[in-house]
Amino acid sequence: MATEPLFSIPQSTGMETVTITFEGKALTVPAGINVAAALLVGGAHEFRTSVVGQVPRAPYCMMGVCFECLVEIDGVPARQSCLVEVRDGMQIKRQSGAVDLDGTNFGENHD
Amino acid sequence: MTSAAVDLIIIGAGPAGMAAACEARGLGLSVALLDEQASVGGQIYRSIEAAPSERRAILGPDYAMGQSLVADFRASGTDYIGGALVWNVSKDGTVNYVRSGKSQTAVGKSVLLASGAMERPFPIAGWTLPGVMGAGAAQILLKGSGALPKSSVILAGCGPLLYLLAWQYLRAGVKLQALVDTTTRSDYLRAAPHLLGALRGWRDLSKGIGLLSSIRRHDLPVYSGASRLSVEGSQQAEGLSFDHRGKRIRLAASQVLLHQGVVPNVQLSLALRAEHSWNPRQLCWQPVTDAWGRLGDMPIYVAGDSRAIVGAKASVVQGRLAALAIAERLGLPKHAASRAESLRQRLRIYTAIRPFLDSLYRPRDENRIPAADDVTVCRCEEVTAGQIRGYVELGCLGPNQTKAFGRCGMGPCQGRLCGLTVTEIIAQARDTMPDEVGYYRVRPPIKPVMLGDFLA
Repeated sequence: MATEPLFSIPQSTGMETVTITFEGKALTVPAGINVAAALLVGGAHEFRTSVVGQVPRAPYCMMGVCFECLVEIDGVPARQSCLVEVRDGMQIKRQSGAVDLDGTNFGENHD
Repeated sequence: MTSAAVDLIIIGAGPAGMAAACEARGLGLSVALLDEQASVGGQIYRSIEAAPSERRAILGPDYAMGQSLVADFRASGTDYIGGALVWNVSKDGTVNYVRSGKSQTAVGKSVLLASGAMERPFPIAGWTLPGVMGAGAAQILLKGSGALPKSSVILAGCGPLLYLLAWQYLRAGVKLQALVDTTTRSDYLRAAPHLLGALRGWRDLSKGIGLLSSIRRHDLPVYSGASRLSVEGSQQAEGLSFDHRGKRIRLAASQVLLHQGVVPNVQLSLALRAEHSWNPRQLCWQPVTDAWGRLGDMPIYVAGDSRAIVGAKASVVQGRLAALAIAERLGLPKHAASRAESLRQRLRIYTAIRPFLDSLYRPRDENRIPAADDVTVCRCEEVTAGQIRGYVELGCLGPNQTKAFGRCGMGPCQGRLCGLTVTEIIAQARDTMPDEVGYYRVRPPIKPVMLGDFLA
């Protein structure tokens, strides 16, 4: 997954950080940013696979209209990562194809 | 949970929404403002309260200008509700939204839709690959988190936002691979007659010229009049190919940022079944309103870019004008005609440059209506331009029928990223006008909501 990140955030002194995991790998990112931004600077290129062709996709609009940045956050699938703020300890996984409705805790664990 | 009706509910905390709130509060109205994002400012002034000074310096004076409006808004006494996902607005002023995983309802005696704009889709080969995003999206990343491209990046397309981002990146010390500009000589010729009118908005015009000449002073390769753009790569973007002065050029890059203008975000007015018309100059749908922004005989108004693209400064004025009209309709002391007149005068100045911009940066047909059959149009359900043309051959007359033919427009984005393209492909294939072809029937919920949110 993570290769060379496409984006980086210039470090400034005293910047508060949080630690999240993406596909089991820990990422330390600035606090206060959204999950999509955090994953992009963390080196994630592929956020999900498409529902028909199962091909890689990544954020396109960064403002909540394109739904390309869907990931699973703390067990809740299909969340728009550009609209969710990072929180320390957040567990994020790739969204694989269409949402599997079995065994997922829909409607819980929201922020 | 339902609360007592407020005089005005505003949807969207961008320039139009915030200005309308300030004006309405000044006239004594009770105002609630709902916005999907976590902080105020809309996309244009996104994260302006949190952005550190170095970031504001990179973004430039137009961004910093938003600070005073945000400060006025914060001091206005508006009930600001951030992180609110509005999924329905009813004709009677009822607004349904989800916030913190809970479904909520607010009731307004009037509602102002100020949901702004979104980037126009750029359907070319490879535009679905990771590493490709809107230039506006990359600018949001910069505003919201200070993120800058780390690897080789190409900016491609046309329009003020694309050049502004190039300028901002250069100021931040980002090394750009190239600016691939789709504007052609014929675009300049078409725009020339509008230049005189644009001079009334000379401040905007000279600012734009200054921006372009500042970009040219940098050591940045610019390919003007580029055509037949195609993003290369299989699992992620690896480069951009295009025709330039009779030659095919291929530039390697791991990021391609595309832009060809913005279009009104009309999901809410469409879901209200308000009348919409095709704007042939801006090549998009817009709600039909009166001069104050009112939708038919509903107590619902539209201001700013969600009514037609006018830009931030004009959106502020439209928001204020709508607030005046709403206050008068609610029976508050009749507003001074002079206030409205001076606002209208400002609106004329702020919109003077639009015909010139719309004409000069009119996105090329080939970048709106893909000629190649294998270009993906509906990103969610992966429907191609060729498939849509195939549906038309089988008798499909408009966007709604493409849903039945192949699920086109039925994914989570609800047609936002394919709707305009589908309308124009069908219009071209049927040799008719977009007005004849129409648009998707948009229904609430205008955003996917979880059933659990209603039970919570």
